[in-house]
Amino acid sequence: MTRRRWAVAVLVAAMLTTAACGSGSSGSATASTATPSGQMILATTTSTRDTGLLDTLVPAFEHAGKCSVKTVAVGSGQAIDLGARGQADVLLVHSPDAEQTFMGQGHGASRLAVMHNDFVLVGPPADPAKVSRAGGIVPALQAIARSRSPFASRADESGTNAKELKLWKQAGIAPSGSWYVKTGQGMGPTLTIASQKRAYTLSDRGTFLATKRLDSKILVQGGQALQNPYHVIVVKHSGTNVGCARAFSRWITSAPVQRTIASFGTSRYGQALFHPDAHGQ
Amino acid sequence: MTAPAAALVWELVARTAAVSLSATAIAMLIGVPAGTALGLLRFRGQRAAATMVNTGMALPTVVVGLVVALVLFRSGPLGSLELIYTVRGMVIAQVLIAAPLITGITMAAIQALPDELPDQLRALGANRRQLVVRLCLEARLPLLAAVMAGFGHAVSEVGAVTMVGGNIHGQTQVLTTAIVEDVGKGDFRPALVYGAVLLALAFAVNAVLTSVQQRGAAWARS
Repeated sequence: MTRRRWAVAVLVAAMLTTAACGSGSSGSATASTATPSGQMILATTTSTRDTGLLDTLVPAFEHAGKCSVKTVAVGSGQAIDLGARGQADVLLVHSPDAEQTFMGQGHGASRLAVMHNDFVLVGPPADPAKVSRAGGIVPALQAIARSRSPFASRADESGTNAKELKLWKQAGIAPSGSWYVKTGQGMGPTLTIASQKRAYTLSDRGTFLATKRLDSKILVQGGQALQNPYHVIVVKHSGTNVGCARAFSRWITSAPVQRTIASFGTSRYGQALFHPDAHGQ
Repeated sequence: MTAPAAALVWELVARTAAVSLSATAIAMLIGVPAGTALGLLRFRGQRAAATMVNTGMALPTVVVGLVVALVLFRSGPLGSLELIYTVRGMVIAQVLIAAPLITGITMAAIQALPDELPDQLRALGANRRQLVVRLCLEARLPLLAAVMAGFGHAVSEVGAVTMVGGNIHGQTQVLTTAIVEDVGKGDFRPALVYGAVLLALAFAVNAVLTSVQQRGAAWARS
C-alpha cells in the first residue's frame, strides 16, 4: 500500500516537472501561479478540423501542459454562441464582425490574431458563368446571379457563410431562387454537393484542398476581400477554465507554434494552408 | 431563437411524409412477398437468405446512405440518372432501410403460423395463390406491425437522407435533417418544434395503421 502511494507521488512529481519544463520552453510566464490544469473546451470552426490542423496542434498543446482539451468543431456562429453561454473556455474562430460584437458585449477576456487563410471561389471547370474572367470576387458573384448558374451556400451561420453573405451584399444582390442552393451543412459536405451539382461555392482554401473527390476547381482567388483571419479568444464567464484558456492563447501565438502553423500542410497539399499572424515571442 | 415559419414547417412535414410513406409502400411491396416466400418455401440457401435479411434489419442507416450516395454520385455506376441530392434518391435509401425490416418481420410472422395450417388449407382445396393470400390474412396483425416498424425506421433516420439528399433547403430538407442543422447552429427552438411535429406525424401514421390492425383483431376474435 505504502509502496504504491510512493509510486503515485513519484509519478505526480515527474508529471509536474515535465509540465513545468514544457511551459517554460514555450516562453510563457506561468511561474507566479500554479500550472493551469484540468479540462478545457475549445470551440472552433469546422475548417480547422477538416484540414487536420487541430489533430496536429491539440495533442502538442496537451503534451506541453496539464490541460486536456475537448474540441467542439462547429460553425463560427455556434462557437461564439457557446462562448457567450460559458459552454466553451477558449475560441478559435474566423468571423471578425461577430467576434467584435462578442468582445463588445464583454464575453471575452482577450482576442489575439493567430493566422489567416483565404477564401476561394470554386466551381465547375467548364465555368459556365465565366467567373474566372470577371476580374474579382464581386463581379464574379454578379456574373453567377446574372446567368442563374447554381451556387451552393452553406446557410449555416458559419464564418464562411457570414463572409459569403457579406460579399453578396457588396455585389448588390439578394440571392434567392432555385439556382441558389442552401445546404445547411459544413464546408466539406457543401463542397461535395457543389461538385456533384456543378455549382459554384465559396470555400476556405484549406478545406477545399483537404476535401477529396471533388471535380471543382479554384476560379477566383486573391485580394483583400477574400482574406480569412482567425483569432483566439479567451472566454470570460464564471466557471470557465481561464487558466488553461490563457495558456492555450499564449501557446498558439508563440513563435514555435506559429512556425508549425506556417509549415502545416505543405508536404500533403504542396502549399501552406494557413499563414501565421501572431508576433510570438 | 425564433420559431420557424408555419409555411416552412408544413413544407417539411409534407416532404418528410411523402418520402417516408412512398419508401414504406415500396418496401412493403418488396418485403411482404419476399418475407412470405422466405417463411413458406424450403430451398437451398433459404437459411443463408434468412440470416441475411435478419442482418439487414440491423443495417446501420449511415452505411446504407454511404453506399447509395457512392452509387448515385456523378462518378458512380448510376450517376447518369442524376438522382443524387434528389427526393427520389432519398426514397431509394429509405426503401433499402425499411425493406429488410418488413421482410424479416413478415418472415417471422409467416413462420409463427401453425404448421398444419397450409396442409389444412390445401385439404380444403385452396390453390397456391389462395393459400398465400389466406396465410397473409392470418398473419395480418404482425404484418401491419412490420409496416409500422419499417415506416418508423425510415422516417426517424437522419444519416442516410443527409448523405443522399444533401439537406438542400426547399428541395431535399426533411424534418430530421432540419433538426440536425438547427442544433448545429445552436438554434434549439425550431429544432424542438420540428421534433414535436415529427412525433405527431409518426403518431398519425401509426394511429391509422393501428386502427386497421385492431379492427382486424376484433374481427378475428368475433
